[in-house]
Amino acid sequence: MQAGAGKGHFEMSTNIIKKLLIVVLFAPLAALASNVELKLDRAPNKANDQAALQNGAKLFVNYCLSCHGASYVRYNRLKDIGLTDQQIKDNLMFTADKIGEPMAVAMSRKEAKEAFGAWPPDLSLIARSRAGEFGSGADWLYTYLRGFYRDGSRPTGWNNAVFENVGMPHVLFELQGEQVMEDHKLKLVKPGKLTQQEYDNAVADLVGYLVWMGEPVADTRKRIGIAVLLFLGVLFVFAYLLKREYWKDVH
Amino acid sequence: MASTNFEKFKSDGSLMGNVMEWVDARFPLTANWKAHLSEYYAPKNFNFWYFFGSLALLVLVMQIVTGIFLVMHYKPDASLNANGVPVAFASVEYIMRDVSFGWLIRYMHSTGASAFFVVVYLHMFRAMLYGSYRQPRELLWIFGMFIYLCLMAEAFAGYLLPWGQMSYWGAQVILSLFSAIPLIGNDLATWIRGDYVIGDATLGRMFAFHVIAIPLVLVGLVAAHILALHEVGSNNPDGIEIKKNKDPKTGIPLDGIPFHPYYTVKDIVGVVVFLMFFSIIMFFAPELGGYFLEYNNFIPADPLQTPPHIAPVWYFTPFYSILRAHTVNFFWVDAKLWGVIFMFLGVLVLFFLPWLDRSPVKSIRYKGPIYKAALAIFVVSFLILGYLGMLAPTEGRTIVAQICTILYFLFFFLMPWYTRIDKCKPEPERVTSK
Repeated sequence: MQAGAGKGHFEMSTNIIKKLLIVVLFAPLAALASNVELKLDRAPNKANDQAALQNGAKLFVNYCLSCHGASYVRYNRLKDIGLTDQQIKDNLMFTADKIGEPMAVAMSRKEAKEAFGAWPPDLSLIARSRAGEFGSGADWLYTYLRGFYRDGSRPTGWNNAVFENVGMPHVLFELQGEQVMEDHKLKLVKPGKLTQQEYDNAVADLVGYLVWMGEPVADTRKRIGIAVLLFLGVLFVFAYLLKREYWKDVH
Repeated sequence: MASTNFEKFKSDGSLMGNVMEWVDARFPLTANWKAHLSEYYAPKNFNFWYFFGSLALLVLVMQIVTGIFLVMHYKPDASLNANGVPVAFASVEYIMRDVSFGWLIRYMHSTGASAFFVVVYLHMFRAMLYGSYRQPRELLWIFGMFIYLCLMAEAFAGYLLPWGQMSYWGAQVILSLFSAIPLIGNDLATWIRGDYVIGDATLGRMFAFHVIAIPLVLVGLVAAHILALHEVGSNNPDGIEIKKNKDPKTGIPLDGIPFHPYYTVKDIVGVVVFLMFFSIIMFFAPELGGYFLEYNNFIPADPLQTPPHIAPVWYFTPFYSILRAHTVNFFWVDAKLWGVIFMFLGVLVLFFLPWLDRSPVKSIRYKGPIYKAALAIFVVSFLILGYLGMLAPTEGRTIVAQICTILYFLFFFLMPWYTRIDKCKPEPERVTSK
């Protein structure tokens, strides 16, 4: 009896030790895990689709530029997405007289502050600054612009699933229609001019354009990068052969 | 090893020869060429870890050259422009968008900053592997440590210049640490900032430090570091002195080979491989997932809006973790002050490595299991501290950071004891090639 009890006791204590060991080993990992989660939809990549970027530019000047500036981007930079000077002047240039001027905001700072309580941020770099641990800046914007819902408690009448209590109203609501939040899920209750699929596409184009504005040189950068790597690859062969030749006499 | 008793250059009658003879009669050109390159004898058994010294020099030159071009367009001005953006922030975007190849120069500089720390950390780790800080290279190590301190100051000052949210609030956190010093703290912090908050005055002085003051000191220290190296000679993976076995006739170490051409051609290979890694990051992922360029720094500095999570760039995070790991007030001293003391101590303790290591051998190849285990624990703790420093603190993370902080310091404080009792292997007479 006694021996048996002792054995049982021993087994129990080894079990406890094992469990403790597991806890000690894995506790740091559990401690490192993050507990706040933000679920973002993946934005389609529009970087190489000029028609989409041009459509995004059109949406941007029509719906965003009255309150938000893009003050680091000059209008003639839009030639990089396949537009001509004349096309830009005729269709997109609402806030400037000269093609080399930046895409400044139409609204004055003071007016903006009175209307929204805060100065709507410049959007030149918004796609770069919104990146984070939950997804790229594009993902954030894509989810945000599709995440507005009706909320009577907010002064604008709108709230957002990604950016709670955001100061911005849903400026694209005539396209999307009106959503409400039911059981933590967004539901379209009043359709807009576009179907859900069309609206998602339009937002994807707009986000593609915002990403392009964040770094217009991104495409050139990658192309030059490939050339540089090819050059270094060739240089490596010669550098290595030179080294081997010299080191022949080192023993 | 360096000697200046070299014969002067004699012309062969050609124009080039005549010019050389004229110069050499008036300037120690041949003497320096020989002392530091063609007749500087380095051990022939350098391995992978010995690339990082020359790479550090390469990155230094790259940072200086790209820096010169950036200064041509950058404006250290915190006032707002017509679009409501700080001039300094807008000038960086101007470089990125409107200056021809400005984006390339700026990315070279921003990637170069991180690359500098990668290379220097590996260079320092090499010294710890092979005992390169040991007698007679103590002063060489100390010069190196001063270079590291300068580099940290340089990186800190440079990070403020883009005047983004992380620039601003990172500087706010670090400069406010001075206020933890008793009695004079608050006045000292104000004096350093030049204002009650981080502002235009701070930006102006950080610009001056970053482009003139620190680089001058840095270049001088690098020169001293190389002169000291060439005086005592390079260590090697076996940790034995090649000067002990010299050719009786020529006086040249038997295991030494001239730095030029052998190590110059070898280092060119290292440079090309390094530039490949560098280019992959610079051209295809210049932000490197937020580690090299933080996402929040694409938002202009806003003194009225504190970001929810302030993290320094990756190369400071191990020390930032040590700072945050101190959460208890004791001995009538505030936890914050303990954090500051240990953060600085974490760097300063490295200065004393040459005297903490009491092992009879230099290289890890001949050291015993205790040192190997201690070094492994140290490296793992340092990496975990670095990782934790990038994350927002939680209760669990703080405990892990505290454990790693203790391990970090135990590596140094217990070193005189465990290196003496360790079972070392005998060193070889001559260098080995593995």
